[in-house]
Amino acid sequence: MINEKQLKQLVEAAIFTAEAPVTLDQLLTGVLANFSMNKPRLRQVLDQLQEDYKERGVQLVEVASGFRFQTRAELGPALAHMWSERAPRYSPALLETLAMIAWRQPVTRGEIEAVRGVSVSTQIMKTLQERGWVKVVGHKEVPGRPALYATTKAFLDYFSIQSVVDIPALAEPPESDTRERDNKEVSESGHE
Amino acid sequence: MDNPEPTTVEAVEQGPSEQQSLPLGFVRGEPVLERPEDLYIPPEALEIMLEAFSGPMDLLLYLIRRQKMDILDLPILQITRQYMEYVELMRELKLELAADYLVMAAMLAEIKSRLLLPKAPSEDEEELDPRAELIRRLQAYEVVREGARQLDDQPQQYRDYFVASAATDARTWAEQAPPDVSLAELSLALSRVMQLVNVQAHHQIKREALSTRERMSRILEKLSQCARLDFVELFDLSEGKAGVVVSFLAILELNKEGLLVLTQAEAYSGIYISAKSEVSQPGEATLR
Repeated sequence: MINEKQLKQLVEAAIFTAEAPVTLDQLLTGVLANFSMNKPRLRQVLDQLQEDYKERGVQLVEVASGFRFQTRAELGPALAHMWSERAPRYSPALLETLAMIAWRQPVTRGEIEAVRGVSVSTQIMKTLQERGWVKVVGHKEVPGRPALYATTKAFLDYFSIQSVVDIPALAEPPESDTRERDNKEVSESGHE
Repeated sequence: MDNPEPTTVEAVEQGPSEQQSLPLGFVRGEPVLERPEDLYIPPEALEIMLEAFSGPMDLLLYLIRRQKMDILDLPILQITRQYMEYVELMRELKLELAADYLVMAAMLAEIKSRLLLPKAPSEDEEELDPRAELIRRLQAYEVVREGARQLDDQPQQYRDYFVASAATDARTWAEQAPPDVSLAELSLALSRVMQLVNVQAHHQIKREALSTRERMSRILEKLSQCARLDFVELFDLSEGKAGVVVSFLAILELNKEGLLVLTQAEAYSGIYISAKSEVSQPGEATLR
């Protein structure tokens, strides 16, 4: 058996040394496999760890792919001095495209253009896909079979959220009738 | 991105009235504010503004918000006129950027002309409002724009946070652990070991079963029963090579110890064995 303190240490160490965010299941079947543990109990341990790190420079956060330790957001600008390259800045156009995909996914390029009122630049779509934030999840069964885009877990992880609904503006699903009309319009105008 | 207008533009366009305009500008459809009518923007400022707008929808929203209007009350005539003036300026500065803006200009012009036409009698008023489609789009766009802003406010990797990790030597432990082996491979390996065991065990058992010392006794026993034996008779072929070898060793050993005598009449003829004791004293034999 393992005592409470050792358990916390083990979970902490496992998350710190993992190469990617760690899920509860991964912890249970991994480092904790030999100890009779269950999810509620592990949750408690993680809650305690989060509490322990509350005031520290590093925090335990839960993102879409699981738990990870990351530096406090306020420290970003100061920490950035440790590296020569500047942090990437994303244009309003890119962020709007991303927000649109997150909100109405799976969505076609034509639908994005209809709402934003501008043609979506190929460069933006390329950047979003290269970053692994957006991927093609299928094709819409309309003339031209336009690609349907969706956001990924990597996108959620990057923006430190667990789900799109964590972005209040995007939490409300688009009105269905609105959407239908949009789709019709897109298919009629034969986008893509 | 929330307030795209640079301060210079705001100062020229709205001036101090912006600060104390709260009681004004909320009258439905008719803003009391007269000042936004003017539209002189220095070209440099406009260029900055145009870069700040992410598209025609953004510009349109800006114009509506500047009027402190609700999107639903979209004052199409006013907005269209202002929008056109912006687009005109844009065309002078950045032609290629204006393309998407011109599409919107056309849409606004169309809505405006439909509004100016006498209304056809109809039951469903909402369906007939030429502005409905634009309003719907503006609402959707507003959500997306706000979503983009909130997204940008989220902690971002490399900008706001960095993933923390700790070093561990656990990997070396993991590497030392035996690699995953399939059950088939494992049983094959086991059978090899078993073969080895079998060989060893076999060998040891033979040694026990075919002790040279014991064989010596048995040969002596045989010789005690019959005085003279053919060399070949001392071997039990069913014992195989090992048995033959042991018997041979036993004969050599007995001969060395002087307990038997090997005789051969001539080369290549049969070898006969007899017990020494019959011929001479045991004492002599050992002393020899």
